[in-house]
Amino acid sequence: MTGTAASRSKGLSSLPDWVRGEAAALALVAAFALIGYGLFPDDLALLTRIIAIACLVLSLDLVMGYCGVITLGQAALYGTSAYAVGNACIAGITDPVALLGVGIVAGALTGIVSGMLITRFSGLPQLVISIAFGQLVAALANKLSAFTGGSDGLSGITPSALFGVFDFDLVGNTSFGFSLAVLGIVMMLLLRFVRSPFGLMCRGIRDDALRARMIGTSIYPRLIAMYAVSGAVAGVGGALSAINVGVVGLDSVSFELSAEALVMLVVGGAGSLWGALFGAILFQIFQHIVGAASPFQWMTIVGLVLVAITLFAPKGLYSVIRRGLMKIGRSRVPS
Amino acid sequence: MTDLLRLADVQMAFGGLRVTQDVSFTLRAGDRVGLIGPNGAGKTTLVNLVTGNLRPTAGRILLQNEDITHSSIAHRVRHGLVRTFQITRLFRTLTVADNVALPVLQRRGLASRVMSSATERPEVRAEWMEILGLLGLEKRAYDPIDVLAYGEQRLVEIAIALALKPKVLLLDEPAAGVPHEESHRVLDAIAALPRDIAILMIEHDIDLVFRFANRVLVLANGALIFEGSPKEATLDDRVRSAYLGSYADARRPAQG
Repeated sequence: MTGTAASRSKGLSSLPDWVRGEAAALALVAAFALIGYGLFPDDLALLTRIIAIACLVLSLDLVMGYCGVITLGQAALYGTSAYAVGNACIAGITDPVALLGVGIVAGALTGIVSGMLITRFSGLPQLVISIAFGQLVAALANKLSAFTGGSDGLSGITPSALFGVFDFDLVGNTSFGFSLAVLGIVMMLLLRFVRSPFGLMCRGIRDDALRARMIGTSIYPRLIAMYAVSGAVAGVGGALSAINVGVVGLDSVSFELSAEALVMLVVGGAGSLWGALFGAILFQIFQHIVGAASPFQWMTIVGLVLVAITLFAPKGLYSVIRRGLMKIGRSRVPS
Repeated sequence: MTDLLRLADVQMAFGGLRVTQDVSFTLRAGDRVGLIGPNGAGKTTLVNLVTGNLRPTAGRILLQNEDITHSSIAHRVRHGLVRTFQITRLFRTLTVADNVALPVLQRRGLASRVMSSATERPEVRAEWMEILGLLGLEKRAYDPIDVLAYGEQRLVEIAIALALKPKVLLLDEPAAGVPHEESHRVLDAIAALPRDIAILMIEHDIDLVFRFANRVLVLANGALIFEGSPKEATLDDRVRSAYLGSYADARRPAQG
């Protein structure tokens, strides 16, 4: 989109869009790591949790922000992957990279099933189906205690050392480094993916499905494909959670988690990967700080701040940040 | 000349209301046909039946001798049947270039690529640049649709249709809403299309139809009442009474 603008100026900005995007992704994830490490050196578990949930919010953005699907059942994709990874680990697949692969496959498969149901409908029926799907998975997780541990949770997940070298220690250095690297790779791939013809067509479908059909696109298979990708990304999050925490609980498939992910996405800015990432990070850090400072009032404070953001930045915080950066730098900032 | 599109006794009824009655006609390669008729005659319904937005209650529709009566919209488009909308339908949050690049990508079978560039892909870029140039929209390429004047949005609607390289093109009032001094851009673009495609144009502006069409179809109350040259149409009693009838009925609410 910025082809002409890019060729006019020199230096870094003369690189192709996707190279700049990937460089920016790496730089920002590294910056997040440094800031996080500086702010919470003794609480790496918080940072790794933020990364896992960020993957869930990114996955939600793919179907909601880029395709216009309305869903409150996204946690099903995340939680199913976490349970699959937990069971695989207990069954003897303890290599963390292999477990990540298990999570991606489990997430993608769940994504395809839920996408087949959810994208058959639109509007309110779609929303209701998504909730029903989420509740169904949550109920199954509760009932199938042989695989999920029921309300006690699935415990005893002990992955072996990463690349056979780095143990998943109690401090969480390995978890943090591993999660960060995975997030960096996910962001790089997704930034390219959403700019691809496939990603552009999804945005077209979101804008006007009939118009998209009238240029010869079959909508349903495309949305299911997007759901597979979304499920894979949610699966990355679920896998990271299972690997890092060692326990998978019913909260990972809960309605509350789906709703919270939606709030994070709207706060950050749906339809932008950076928005999803910002939303996930800011919301969780805010929740952590306010929750620690005021354990009884934090829900009230979070609610008030959400109302304020929705009133004054309805397109999400990232759009405000982006406008600010564009004013300062007088150049285009990726959307 | 080959038959590109053929309608055989196509009927459409909403409940008991028959809005399309036994319509039959053929579009051949090179045809430039105007479809006219008073308000509520069923012109847009007929286009919707042909493109698959509506399914007929009876009759057959053939595209290049293939029965497409029950085919999907996407199938018809991929086989060269393309339409424009009377009221603009565009990808509103995308840029003009993206809007034209999408049909180009779709037609070239590139629309499912997941890791390559889209709008700026060289061969795709060359194609949308050419189309935008033809319509005088090249300076608008990187603007989002919402900042365009309505007349320019109409041109983007035409640009999308051109990008699909149609064999049969159905234009639903292409010049509606385009300022008079710019309607020539629409007509020039249509005139520049390959001679061997067939075009059916719905238009209220009779002058425009007569300049464009070498054949005229007149629809009244869902039935085809006349087919012939534009000149014959002006002399035909049924056509005149249909139009006079519509003026007499002008006090009744329009049926769209």
